[in-house]
Amino acid sequence: MWQVSLLNINEENLNQDMSSEKKYWKSADQLDDQNPVVEALEQKEFAEHIPTDEFLGDKEKLDSSQTSRRDFLKYVGFSTAAASLAACEGPVIKSIPYVVQPERLVPGVADYYATTIANGFDFASVLVKTREGRPIKIDNNTSASNFTAGKARVHASVLGLYDIKRQQNPQIEGRDATWTEFDDRVSQDLKNIGDKSIVLLTQTYASPSVNRLIKQFKEKYTNVEHIVYDAISEEAALNAYRNKYGIRALANYDFSEAETIVGVGADFLGDWQGGGFDASYAKSRVPNNGKMSKHIQFEANMTLTGANADQRVAVKPSTQNHVLVEIYNQIVGRVSATKLDDKTAKKVNSAIKALKKGGKKSVFVTGIQDEGAQQMALEINAKLQTELIDYTNPRMIRQGENSKINTLIADMKAGKVGSLMIAGVNPLYSLPNADEFESAMSKVNSTVAFSMKLDETAKVAKYVAATPHYLESWGDVQLAKNTFSLVQPTIQPLFNTRQFEDTLLKLIGGSKYYDFIKETFNQKFEGLSWNQSLHDGIFEYSSNSTEESDEKENEFNASSAAQSLLSNSAEGLELTLYTKTSLGDGQQANNPWLQEMPDPITRTSWDNYVTLSKVDADKMGITNNSVANGALNGDYVKVNLNGKTINKVPALIQPGQAPGSIGLALGYGKTEAIQEEMQVGVNAYKLYKDFNPSQTVSISKVEGIHEFACVQLHNTMMGRRDIVKETTLEVFNTKDKSYWNDTPKVSLNHEEVKVTSPEVDMWEEFDRSIGHHFNLSIDLNSCTGCGACVIACHSENNVPVVGKQEVRKSRDMHWLRIDRYYSSEESLQGDYDKKDDISGLSQSLNQFEELEQPSQTDVQVVFQPVMCQHCNHAPCETVCPVAASAHSRQGQNHMTYNRCVGTRYCANNCPYKVRRFNWFLYNQNDEFDYHMNNDLGRMVLNPDVTVRSRGVMEKCSMCIQMTQKTILDAKRDGREIKDGEFQTACSAACDKGAMVFGDVNDKESKVVEKYEDDRMYHLLEYLGTKPNVMYQTKVRNTTEA
Amino acid sequence: MRKVTFSQEFFKYLFLLVLVVSFSSTYAQEDATSEEAKSEETAAEQTEESAVPGGDPAKGKELFNSLCAACHKPYSDAVGPALHGVTERREMDWLYEWIKNSQALIKSGDQQAVALYEEWNKVAMNAFPQLSNQDIDDILSYVEQPKPEPKVAVAAEATTGEAQSGGGISNEIVLGILAFVLLMLSVILILVNKTLNRFAQANGIEVKDDKPKGKPIWVAFAENQFLVLSTVIVMLLVVAWYGYGGLMSVGIDQGYEPIQPIHYSHRIHAGENQIECKYCHSSARVSKHSGIPSLNVCMNCHKQIAEVAPETQAKGEQEFNVDYNAEIQKLYEATGWDPQTQSYSGESKPVKWIRIHNLPDFAYFNHSQHVTVGQIECQTCHGPVEEMEIMYQDAPLTMGWCINCHRETNVKMEGNEYYEKIHEELAKKYGVEKVTAAQMGGIECGKCHY
Repeated sequence: MWQVSLLNINEENLNQDMSSEKKYWKSADQLDDQNPVVEALEQKEFAEHIPTDEFLGDKEKLDSSQTSRRDFLKYVGFSTAAASLAACEGPVIKSIPYVVQPERLVPGVADYYATTIANGFDFASVLVKTREGRPIKIDNNTSASNFTAGKARVHASVLGLYDIKRQQNPQIEGRDATWTEFDDRVSQDLKNIGDKSIVLLTQTYASPSVNRLIKQFKEKYTNVEHIVYDAISEEAALNAYRNKYGIRALANYDFSEAETIVGVGADFLGDWQGGGFDASYAKSRVPNNGKMSKHIQFEANMTLTGANADQRVAVKPSTQNHVLVEIYNQIVGRVSATKLDDKTAKKVNSAIKALKKGGKKSVFVTGIQDEGAQQMALEINAKLQTELIDYTNPRMIRQGENSKINTLIADMKAGKVGSLMIAGVNPLYSLPNADEFESAMSKVNSTVAFSMKLDETAKVAKYVAATPHYLESWGDVQLAKNTFSLVQPTIQPLFNTRQFEDTLLKLIGGSKYYDFIKETFNQKFEGLSWNQSLHDGIFEYSSNSTEESDEKENEFNASSAAQSLLSNSAEGLELTLYTKTSLGDGQQANNPWLQEMPDPITRTSWDNYVTLSKVDADKMGITNNSVANGALNGDYVKVNLNGKTINKVPALIQPGQAPGSIGLALGYGKTEAIQEEMQVGVNAYKLYKDFNPSQTVSISKVEGIHEFACVQLHNTMMGRRDIVKETTLEVFNTKDKSYWNDTPKVSLNHEEVKVTSPEVDMWEEFDRSIGHHFNLSIDLNSCTGCGACVIACHSENNVPVVGKQEVRKSRDMHWLRIDRYYSSEESLQGDYDKKDDISGLSQSLNQFEELEQPSQTDVQVVFQPVMCQHCNHAPCETVCPVAASAHSRQGQNHMTYNRCVGTRYCANNCPYKVRRFNWFLYNQNDEFDYHMNNDLGRMVLNPDVTVRSRGVMEKCSMCIQMTQKTILDAKRDGREIKDGEFQTACSAACDKGAMVFGDVNDKESKVVEKYEDDRMYHLLEYLGTKPNVMYQTKVRNTTEA
Repeated sequence: MRKVTFSQEFFKYLFLLVLVVSFSSTYAQEDATSEEAKSEETAAEQTEESAVPGGDPAKGKELFNSLCAACHKPYSDAVGPALHGVTERREMDWLYEWIKNSQALIKSGDQQAVALYEEWNKVAMNAFPQLSNQDIDDILSYVEQPKPEPKVAVAAEATTGEAQSGGGISNEIVLGILAFVLLMLSVILILVNKTLNRFAQANGIEVKDDKPKGKPIWVAFAENQFLVLSTVIVMLLVVAWYGYGGLMSVGIDQGYEPIQPIHYSHRIHAGENQIECKYCHSSARVSKHSGIPSLNVCMNCHKQIAEVAPETQAKGEQEFNVDYNAEIQKLYEATGWDPQTQSYSGESKPVKWIRIHNLPDFAYFNHSQHVTVGQIECQTCHGPVEEMEIMYQDAPLTMGWCINCHRETNVKMEGNEYYEKIHEELAKKYGVEKVTAAQMGGIECGKCHY
């Protein structure tokens, strides 16, 4: 009653207001009483007459119609009833067996083939899992010691096979053609070439057969020039190595035995010099007998390498030159005076001390793209007499001679080039002066693009030779001087494609490339079995002959090199272009897995952006802020390099970015042969002047707000030790476990009891002692945050891609995420101490707020992969009203999709936030036009894992399909299971050994060893959830040399 | 296409009844026919003895089946030529020599031999030095028997057919007669009643309705509240019972027996010929799929078997209305096999079978787990396949059905090293020797749903 009367009063008041002189209006027109529109709007709901006449106007027609309204309703009712009745009948499912079944193919059983990815950017020996003849997953080839597939891009490359944007036929002048016509036209063109030259512009193939083939091609056609072009150039390092060691290759580092690693601007855990060093690096990072490597990193952008370093010093590129010269000064010999501020100088000195202390176990690396700088690095390592470089086996996976590109452009412009054949590269996308190249190309009579897609270059080429994916190709690769691997097809070509090599062979009148490779193999590797090598995928062969020795340059003039390094006095902001862990050089930009994979550092997907320091952002008034739905927004900037500008680049404030420097990722901004959904970011290759990633630019804020798809906005742990436990090597070596890795205690009868003790347990324990009990250990010391596990999980478990807008709404579906935390103080230890010292309300209010903010320049970073923790006392299980979430005796927490009704109680009750809800149907839905929306893309799905539907909760299953298969195989063979046989997709993908999976009931297993390790802890242990996933405390080597 | 027969108890009982009624006569007839057929067979064998003098066709048949039948057929070409009439085409001595060692004969340059060798694509015939001339005579006398006229078989089939259908007809007749008698009786009753009434009327006798006129029965029923209530309850229960049954059977395709593109008889293959299931469904041993055999597996045997035995053919035509030979032709068409030239044309078209056992996508089932590890007979789930002319779904394939079995079936641990440790620990801990699949975790959700 009371409420009602109140309401009435309000209404009365309202009426009074209305009748008073106050007048409310929606638009200025309303104030004009005479305005007819206003009147019309007041009288009618719709200002304009609704055109019902169009379908109801013709009265005669309507009358003559046989269907009355009642009839219509009858039909609707009848057909609805009929449809629902018909739905009771199941569909007729056809099953079509082979006519002649291939001998080794058994439906339902996976076959594995060893092959090699060698796309000019990523080189790795891989195992390909095929089901019913379809490649569905890339695994690591564990026998490959070095070039393993532990990279997100390599694992994701299988999806590239099923890319709907692939070129399916050869093309001549924009129309589809046959190969015979193609061959005729191209060979005709080559015949009529006259005295002009033929230029082959290719990626780094690093293939003995391709080399031999091009040699033969040169013999057949005179005046052939072969230019190797790498989109991301390593020319400086290649030339420096040639000058010193007489072979144009890259130094082969092995960090596994390292004591000291000093890096200057070298993201060697990323793509520096071809990457792939992380596995050996991770080995040196695990404390063993109280010892681990010490890693000091000087860099501008926050990279994976810097994030893993024991000590990271944020210095902008021009200062990096000084750091390098200073280290050279003190280790090899004084060449030039350097200018460093006190703080940096101190850190440089301590790095030099550490290098000297490590002696032969020390190594110095740099990513400065300058021949002199690279040679200085080699000299430093030579002086240190480091044992961490294998000089007998340098890496061959980059061979680019990018400096020849400008000569080529000049030649083309001058009309000296009669035919340009471009294979495996996309210069019109990846050249800084792409426009110039394009106009020069138009002067060439015959241009042939050997390409998998109709990309920027192929689009303007006269002929497009559709090439197959590497999983459909033959080949051989010389990964390092003595390390070789073979490429074999794992599926028949899906489209009418032909390898570049086969076309070249056709042009010189040869046979098949397969025979050609075998011929090369038999010539080159005496005594090796072709079949065995093909089976293994990778093999070592050292030839005694020193056939192709490049010229050595005798004297290295260090002082002039130093001079030129130090002379660059940069004004303005210093840009460092980098490649992202996910997209790399941009070849796989049309791969939704990679687009959706959050960057390990920024945790942002579907974008590239300018990263800049807080100091610089404040100066320019650039801000990042979180909006109401929990997403991140940011300002746009304009980047200007000598008149070349990129407008509207989103800006992200990056903790740890050196003030005065900015970063921008290459590989984005593609517009050709890429689905609309994947056309994100800006093309930073425009700024890649002279193939130098370090440029001086100016930026200015421009209009607009950018919406980031960032999956992690809480950037610090606010001093909570229960999330990532961290300690220093010193403490680890000297103090007791209870000091640095104490088990949380709870109060029982006013006494402190360990949370793990059975008395405080409110649940009855399963008996798990018989059979298997799975546990997963994650070592935070060897985890570099590379994200290979994220993609491996994606591909094993049919995890859907949801797109940028959904990621923004925190609806990403990754079963496995890698959390990244910054320290708020200079170190995480500082955070812990600060939090412990807080007392009182006022102090806690402001100090917790401070703890929320990551430190900006001196910041420590930790990575923590988090997936379902498979708690033995799982909070999710108790709240499920339909028992869709249940526990097993093997330690896995089961998620039964067909039981799930989607209440999402489990996700709410999960303390680790690892459950993912299917808000939409992500397959066969045009709203989510990714690989699951087309027949081709769906071929990558794992047939052993259900594709989840809308309204269902899902989460990590601890790859139960894999553990069950291992068990079944053993049962069928009648044998016990050996340790190491049990794997999950993530543990198998981790070539760093950070993830160890196994059966804790097998007392000899590695995972038991991990369980009993002092460093072991469980995530949020005080909750008493008893997870089956454990972590190993991160130990940082902060000991000063 | 889809034909789901639901088990209807009522019809079952009716059928049983009828069967019992007609059993004795059918039994007698069957006996008679089988004996008849036997005697005819022996008669046929005896009459055609004289084709090759001194040969014993019975012995010859044995030898032929063990040595020759892999490549030769008496009346049609196979890998080698049809043998019927060979004694007319060739000299006996030449035949002895050829059969004992054909290669030697070819090498010696014998023109006939070389020509024959060329004609049959230079496929060398095995040498049979172990055969004596008498053995060869026996074989030849067997193949020289005139082709048995299908008449014999048809006659035999016709009799059996009659026997079968005879049972059916007699049932119907009995029922018909009974119905007719009943009808006649009631007609007579009415007629008699009418006549009596007419007599009474004619005689002026008033037929008195003694009973006082009570309420009609339906009014009495409607007024009895108890009766109404209990009837309503009963009716509701009946509706609920059938409604529940109907709804629970949605999606259960027990008895699903679709018409397949090729009439493939498991009865003949697995039943009569006793071919091991896993000979064709070989992937059941190692894979989650039992696998529909690829056509090259069929051709392992059917390269030789272009026609079924006449008795089988007749049975097919009579009982199942199918021409088995035409079905085999379908296989040849699909594989592109030309029985005349004994070669593949290279043109093949896959057979689109209709899948019978359809598990939902979210249920994981592995054949090898059950077949190889659990050593469970295929028939446990698939029913009496060896008796099925056309394959049908025998089990309901519901989750309850799966779980029941997992609860009742002991895990086969003996002789499997994988279970050794588990078995030992179980014995030590609980003092049990056997555990069911359920106790090993076989009814945990995630074991089948992931």
